[in-house]
Amino acid sequence: MKYLIKKGRLVDPANRIDKILDILIEDGKIKAIDQEIEIEKAIIIDASNKIVTPGLIDMHVHLREPGREDEETIESGSRAAIKGGFTAITSMPNTDPPVDNASIVEMILEKASRVGLARVFPVGAITKGLKGEEISEMADLIQAGVVAFSDDGNSVMNALVMRRAMEYAKMFNVPLILHEEDKNLSRHGQANEGFYSTLLGLKGIPAVAEEVMVARDLLLAKFTGAKIHIAHVSTKGSVALIAQAKNEGVKVTCEVTPHHLILTHDNLMDFDTNLKINPPLRSREDVESLREGLKDGTIDAIASDHAPHARQEKEVEFDLASFGMVGLETSLPLLITELVDKGVISFPCLIEKLSANPAKILGVPGGKLSPGSSVDLVIIDPEEKFEVKVEKFESKSHNSPFNGWKLKGLVKHVFSQGKLAFFEGAFLELKEEQVFREGAKKKVTL
Amino acid sequence: MFLKRKDLLTIRDLDVEEIKLILETASSFEEILTRPIKKVPTLRGKTIVNFFLEPSTRTRSSFELAAKMLSAELINISAKTSAVAKGESLKDTAKTFEAMKIDALVIRHSSSGAPHLLAKFANFSVINAGDGTHEHPTQALLDLFTIKKKLGKISGLKIAIVGDILHSRVARSNILAFNKMGVKVTLVAPPTLIPLDIEALDVEVRYNLNEVIKEVDVVYLLRIQLERQAEALFPSIREYSSLFGLNLERIREIKPNTLIMHPGPINRGIEISAEVAELPNAIIADQVESGISVRMALLYLLLGGKTGGGG
Ligand SMILES: [Zn+2]
Ligand SMILES: [Zn+2]
Repeated sequence: MKYLIKKGRLVDPANRIDKILDILIEDGKIKAIDQEIEIEKAIIIDASNKIVTPGLIDMHVHLREPGREDEETIESGSRAAIKGGFTAITSMPNTDPPVDNASIVEMILEKASRVGLARVFPVGAITKGLKGEEISEMADLIQAGVVAFSDDGNSVMNALVMRRAMEYAKMFNVPLILHEEDKNLSRHGQANEGFYSTLLGLKGIPAVAEEVMVARDLLLAKFTGAKIHIAHVSTKGSVALIAQAKNEGVKVTCEVTPHHLILTHDNLMDFDTNLKINPPLRSREDVESLREGLKDGTIDAIASDHAPHARQEKEVEFDLASFGMVGLETSLPLLITELVDKGVISFPCLIEKLSANPAKILGVPGGKLSPGSSVDLVIIDPEEKFEVKVEKFESKSHNSPFNGWKLKGLVKHVFSQGKLAFFEGAFLELKEEQVFREGAKKKVTL
Repeated sequence: MFLKRKDLLTIRDLDVEEIKLILETASSFEEILTRPIKKVPTLRGKTIVNFFLEPSTRTRSSFELAAKMLSAELINISAKTSAVAKGESLKDTAKTFEAMKIDALVIRHSSSGAPHLLAKFANFSVINAGDGTHEHPTQALLDLFTIKKKLGKISGLKIAIVGDILHSRVARSNILAFNKMGVKVTLVAPPTLIPLDIEALDVEVRYNLNEVIKEVDVVYLLRIQLERQAEALFPSIREYSSLFGLNLERIREIKPNTLIMHPGPINRGIEISAEVAELPNAIIADQVESGISVRMALLYLLLGGKTGGGG
């Protein structure tokens, strides 16, 4: 089957392209990218006034399977991803049981391919059982298909264990994804330590709880030569430490979440547990330096830290609520509305942080549109306005503080793994041809 | 005049006019306490639930007396008997009491923000009687009332709050209330018990109690929780007491009419010596007495304006 995407603004930062171009897709691969492609017998998708980008990659996603299938599954998470424009996601290892052995990796990959929507790249545990004591069987996990290692929320507190993990992981040339939190400094913490934690009587998680661990791991990475990726950077101090380490040639990359770029700790005044996240929402000053870091390249990627939670985990007292918010279905429009539209970053910069860079960091295919490659592609209407309604989410969980927000920028069509998966804002559950025959003839000429 | 709000969750929500209204109303209720039969029919037919999930004697009984003097029906529910202790969520609790058509619920809870959660799901009035380390608004109101009664004014006073500010809901509510009423507040505690960025609330932070007590009109002591020592917040009770405890020696140089206040219960010999607690300017019992009138005023102002009430 052939598809011809006409007149879209192609934003492909990895190939340094930002112009109106046509794209011809044939048998799931990109056949040509050029001006004014004319061809007989192709399905034409009119992309005028739309933005065409490589499939987005969310490198920090919790899919909850196995263990908490009531909150999210590989299937529901994949659907949420596609709807949000993400054709590839990682699956973080803090499942139950955790991803510390090959059989769970195989299970995840098996299910993901059966679902057949987004590519799912499993992340393996750094330590057995995420306990921070003994390093996991990394070679085995790599063989099974993990693309990185992380203990995420269970920061490895023991510096010697971290040193050994960094050294050992060098054999595989994959990054260690590090959630930086000194567990003693953050103990029982609920919110960023500062004026609002003080006012609300919530135990604080100080910025230094993150920064001392960032500093430690940058030093260890410099010492071992390992490749590290700092997850969800949230403080000004962390940005400065990472910038300095990059200058010194440390192999470090990092990511930030959309919510840490947009929300601040004063949003907690109503004790909304959907805003209880780890790391916590920080100050306006932190947000400003995260945005600066994004612009100057210190921050490489934007990732959602999509963390689904059941209602009963969130409709409780603040100190009893689970940490985290869902993000797959709101990331892109939030970033378009709050950053691109307000002139903080450009569209190509946004797409670079959401596709090219994550692909590079993880060493996975995608992140760019090149002839011959299997097509992962998203067509976005940057102007379309909508209201976030959590009850319409594909995700099984609704823990989003953005419910009711009026945003701009909607994913219209998605090609994933060579196939058209999402068309005119809906999933192609049926065979592609059927859909075109039944509903969409106005928009598509056969 | 009544309060135009459903709940009393924090001092921060109240404006100065509302605080004044509560204090004036409390004054008019005070007289009832001196009558041989301490009862008026004002809230006849109203049902109030005392929902205390943390042990408390004085606040619970103060609300109970206040409700009964106003002729309201009162139900006491404590941590031991509550379904919440058995895993029922606050949301379910709200729905249950809503079905029982109660008019108000007074909540004491160990989690900051718990009254907000309950109020979100409830159509009845929610009154915060202390939530975690967040606020204890009725304590602040009764303290204002007591100070006004004793010193004849509030605005322009200097008050020192001494002790575990970090974990104290009384401190938070009182700082906010004192500030709103024009008091200059100084906090005195070791830095480990001072929460970050508290200066942004327009208070002064100092470490030397000996200097501060000479300058202020009220020394407000907070209860020190003995387990804080285990959290390495100070090295020993002995050292804490020697730096921040009030004893006769330390108060020798204070102005003669300086008030000494404490929300109770006091740790005699730790934050206050037995001798100081018994001085005439230690007005801890007056605070307890004010509590009843202020809580009567509050219940009346929140519930009295609604249809269906008595009196
Ligand atoms: Zn994390
Ligand atoms: Zn995470």
